Amino acid sequence: MAQFKRNGNKETPGISTSSLPDIVFMILFFFMATTTMREVELKVQVDAPKASEAQKLEKKSLVSYIYVGPPTKALAPQFGTAPRIQLNGAYSSLNNITEFIASERDKLSEKDRPDMTVSLKIDATTKMGMVTDIKQELRRANALSINYAAAKDKGEGNNR
Amino acid sequence: MAKRKVPEINSGSMADIAFLLLIFWLMTTSMNVDSGIARKLPPLVEQDNDPGMDAHERNVLMVFVSGNNQLMVAGQRMDISGLCEKAKTFITNPTNDPNMPEKEMTDIPLLGRYPVSKGLISLQNDRGTSYDMYLQVQNELTKAYNQAKDELAQQKFGRSFTDLNDEQRKAVNKAIPVKISEAEPRNLTGGK
Repeated sequence: MAQFKRNGNKETPGISTSSLPDIVFMILFFFMATTTMREVELKVQVDAPKASEAQKLEKKSLVSYIYVGPPTKALAPQFGTAPRIQLNGAYSSLNNITEFIASERDKLSEKDRPDMTVSLKIDATTKMGMVTDIKQELRRANALSINYAAAKDKGEGNNR
Repeated sequence: MAKRKVPEINSGSMADIAFLLLIFWLMTTSMNVDSGIARKLPPLVEQDNDPGMDAHERNVLMVFVSGNNQLMVAGQRMDISGLCEKAKTFITNPTNDPNMPEKEMTDIPLLGRYPVSKGLISLQNDRGTSYDMYLQVQNELTKAYNQAKDELAQQKFGRSFTDLNDEQRKAVNKAIPVKISEAEPRNLTGGK
């Protein structure tokens, strides 16, 4: 029976790094799969109210966002502290909502359009007058499916 | 003394370990999940077509939130903590009280003939009401509906509403329709 000859070379071999690229790739894919790009920079502070019955918002691709709140700290000296509406990247007025909804609706495919949802991310301190105006505009734009953004309140989960 | 060989660490399974980690993360992370309370706005129609208008008085629960965030339910001041209970009794009307909503026998698949309440919650707010308060009220009303649905689901299917399958859920939704009507806003305090 043949015997393998042991040569005297007994140095410890280095840890194989050949799988390192795979690991790096995986991390990359992980980030690619999980991060959702925030296309817009928030110019308003939104501190959503808490609600125990808040439910997860499904199908994010069908959701358009309207942000309402006081301007962020950096922009407050310039724009004051009165609540403002933000659509896409910039401050907007009520009149632009119809236009905004139309353009958002155009982005969706024909069959997805009825399922379009508008998520209202509104700061808790905002007065209802403004919210009502926005709701009226949405009705005018025929975007009837809305979602009041609210943080899930875990403290009250037991009385559900 | 002879130098002993340090065994090599087998790194062949590194990829598998990485895979496991990856899958674990994928399953467990939920990155900034958006949550909220879903509502349907009524389509823009003539004002006098408001369903709250022609309904009988017993079928309507008036909920009004004033400009300084006080809550009034059916003409009486109320604390928000009592709203859920009040709304639930209104929706289900367990004692068939003649002052509470009427019920209409309706055929519903899976449930058979079920008395569907004609009750309608009319929510009204002032322009000066804070959004926070408004959402708390919406939340309490949603909670009332959810509890009523849960009870029906337990009673008929022995499971909570969230565990039902699509068809059962549809049946329960039909038996307890969420009817919250929002009247045109009032402007009492002149706030904007």
